[in-house]
Amino acid sequence: MKLTRHMKNIIKTEQLKYDYVMRDEEGNEAGYYTALDNVNLEVKQGDFIAILGHNGSGKSTLAKHINGILFPTGGTVWVDGLDTSKEENIWEVRQRAGMVFQNPDNQIISQVVEEDVGFGPENLGVPTEQIWERVEESLRVVGMYEYRKYSPNKLSGGQKQRVSIAGVLAMHPKCIVLDEPTAMLDPSGRKEVIRAVRALNQVEGITVLLITHYMEETVDADRIYVMDQGHIAIQGTPKEVFSQVEELKALHMTLPQATLLADELKKRGVVLPDGILTIKELLTELEKLINVHDTTA
Amino acid sequence: MIRDITLGQYYQTDSVIHRLDPRVKLAGTILFLIDLFLINNVWGYLIATAALATVIHLSKVPFKYIIRGLKSIIILLMITVIFNLFLTDGSVIFQIGFLKITWEGLRTAVFMGWRLVMLIIGTSLMTFTTTPNQLTDGMEKGLRPLKYLKVPVHEVAMMMSIALRFIPILLEETDKIMKAQQARGADFESGSLLDRAKALVPLLVPLFISAFRRANDLALAMEARCYRGGEGRTKMKPLVYNRTDRTAYLLIFAFMAVDIFVGRFF
Amino acid sequence: MMLKLEHVNYEYGQGTEMVVHALQDINLEIKDGEFIGLIGHTGSGKSTLVQHLNGLIRATSGNIYLDGESIYADGFPMKELRRKVGLVFQYPEHQLFEVDVLSDVCFGPKNMGMTEEQAKEEAKAALSLVGLGEEYYTRSPFELSGGQKRRTAIAGVLAMKPKVLILDEPTAGLDPQGREEILNLVASLREKTGMTVVLISHSMEDVAQYVSRIVVMNHGRIAYDGKPQEVFRHYEELEQIGLAAPQVTYAMYGLKKLGLDVDTDIITLEEAADNIVAALRH
Repeated sequence: MKLTRHMKNIIKTEQLKYDYVMRDEEGNEAGYYTALDNVNLEVKQGDFIAILGHNGSGKSTLAKHINGILFPTGGTVWVDGLDTSKEENIWEVRQRAGMVFQNPDNQIISQVVEEDVGFGPENLGVPTEQIWERVEESLRVVGMYEYRKYSPNKLSGGQKQRVSIAGVLAMHPKCIVLDEPTAMLDPSGRKEVIRAVRALNQVEGITVLLITHYMEETVDADRIYVMDQGHIAIQGTPKEVFSQVEELKALHMTLPQATLLADELKKRGVVLPDGILTIKELLTELEKLINVHDTTA
Repeated sequence: MIRDITLGQYYQTDSVIHRLDPRVKLAGTILFLIDLFLINNVWGYLIATAALATVIHLSKVPFKYIIRGLKSIIILLMITVIFNLFLTDGSVIFQIGFLKITWEGLRTAVFMGWRLVMLIIGTSLMTFTTTPNQLTDGMEKGLRPLKYLKVPVHEVAMMMSIALRFIPILLEETDKIMKAQQARGADFESGSLLDRAKALVPLLVPLFISAFRRANDLALAMEARCYRGGEGRTKMKPLVYNRTDRTAYLLIFAFMAVDIFVGRFF
Repeated sequence: MMLKLEHVNYEYGQGTEMVVHALQDINLEIKDGEFIGLIGHTGSGKSTLVQHLNGLIRATSGNIYLDGESIYADGFPMKELRRKVGLVFQYPEHQLFEVDVLSDVCFGPKNMGMTEEQAKEEAKAALSLVGLGEEYYTRSPFELSGGQKRRTAIAGVLAMKPKVLILDEPTAGLDPQGREEILNLVASLREKTGMTVVLISHSMEDVAQYVSRIVVMNHGRIAYDGKPQEVFRHYEELEQIGLAAPQVTYAMYGLKKLGLDVDTDIITLEEAADNIVAALRH
């Protein structure tokens, strides 16, 4: 009974706690730093989840638990029903929950794009012909197929991150965790990567956990979790979360200017709905107001 | 400039040399090096040069690109040539004070320089035409027998391949840190040898830290992609000899036989 | 202190098949006390451009003048140029190397020929400018947080007392709070010292509210140069070169299209809100 409940969720954490052990100069334990404290998370298959938070909020620590790189010091993490802390599950967990990291240079292993994408499947022992199929398919999803013979050093940051995403995709995971994949990119690189991430989710149906500190990247998410000091501080749909302007400001999040402008207008007595996320939405709402003015005038 | 170092870099193009099995290229390179040390007359060198030129032509790697790789060894080359030129005894052609050039010295210097250039071009040609992954595969499969002697063939091959992948990144980083320290007034170019060695500290410390950080990140990324050593791994590009490879082996052995014969006995 | 660039070109890779024209015919004047935002996407030539300003890269052709004197003239004191034009590189924390924060910040001043004592004085002053107090002097720079490391590195350049401070994407890789802290720090530095500041960024939104002039680079050329609102008028063209004007600009132009009489030159949120409300009431 308990097992089937867990199966519905691709990821579930229960009272997840993680302490970093701090050591003094002699290497003795000098204390603990609690990076995650009582985190309860449930992610359904196919969801697009965004996790926001400033540096040190615990969001990266959480990400590393889902891929089995870190193990809970308290509570439990299940990935596709598998308890990550069980040694025998580790490779299964890593195959089912792929991970993309922040630095585009430090996660590409090979000197040719296609060989890098093939690295994961090779490790899984996938037969040669299927590796080629997977590599081609994955590179097409992220729009990097024309670059398959390139050296990663010749690619832009955004392109390198797309290659890394393809590398994870080729392992046929059920879920992909992206740990600040856009933090080191310029605006066009960020757009490229976010577009690829959405394709993963919408076209391939893969569950996505996007960890970021750019709020604009989360507007299409099914659900947002905002982390602070190892806790989940705010959660909900983008509309619900972005309505809490003051709370988000207190957590040092930079809201999209559209949301902030809507908020300023509301403070000045303009009647607008909560949770405006884009300039387009704002303009649509303001247009209604202008038309009302016109008809009443 | 640091970005001129092309040694050990893959040059992307499609050629018959690029398509050769890496084991052929590895064996070919090693045999070529052995050959270079066995020949000792001008005919031998000419044949070796002609063979190398043919391979360069077939590889479609631009000659200019290959020459750029030599820049990094120019000092080594000059030292070798000068030492041999001045420090070999024999019949004197030319003498100023204690410096004398002998006929034998000239001969050795020219041959040593020639040999060194071919040695560098020969080995870099292998890396220009073989991706590190192929090279790794080639070594791993070619050296498989060593596994029974408890040599960690797969691990060594993987480390080499990663080192090659990170060379350009670390070179770029060196360039950047150097400039950043120069912007703070650091001087890497003048002063005594000791001063210059000391001046390297602000460059080397950040470089090591960066290398460790990258190594750590990479290890994590590899683990996250289920890397657990060579056991149970399959290959995306498994190595199978085809007719071209067998022909290449034949040509290499033929070249060796002719060149060593001519190079030693004419 | 005035920097002037005349027809500066820079290309590299000569002799190979891939000659890159990193800078093409750059003409630019940087006046005393200006606060300039230098914007462009990766590879637009902005980093290459600023490395010309302190002589780290030498132009292939054209000239650069510091207070009317060509920096390429024989006997021009390069060290003095490096001191006067302080350049903070991208991810400057990667250049830290000393055992403690104070020694690291002293590195620049000492290279400039200051005595140990003088260097320490300048280092302490610079550290206090970036908000790092005495308690940090003896700490290892590698134990600091990301933001503190970056401030230490900035202090390392400030300690040389430059007249022009150039920062190459000082907010790269930081979280929103860190970004804001660094940008506020730069603005306050300028107020306190009166330095000329050039801030490189790929985000118009980040610099819009701070700078008095924006220079946009694209493909090694200067595409736009003017006051922020003047540059933002080209928001459609900016979009085409992979840059975006601040969202407020889009909102104002969008409203104008809807027939609302708003001021499209407005940049800040508060002004925009006031202006929209006034226009709606009208």
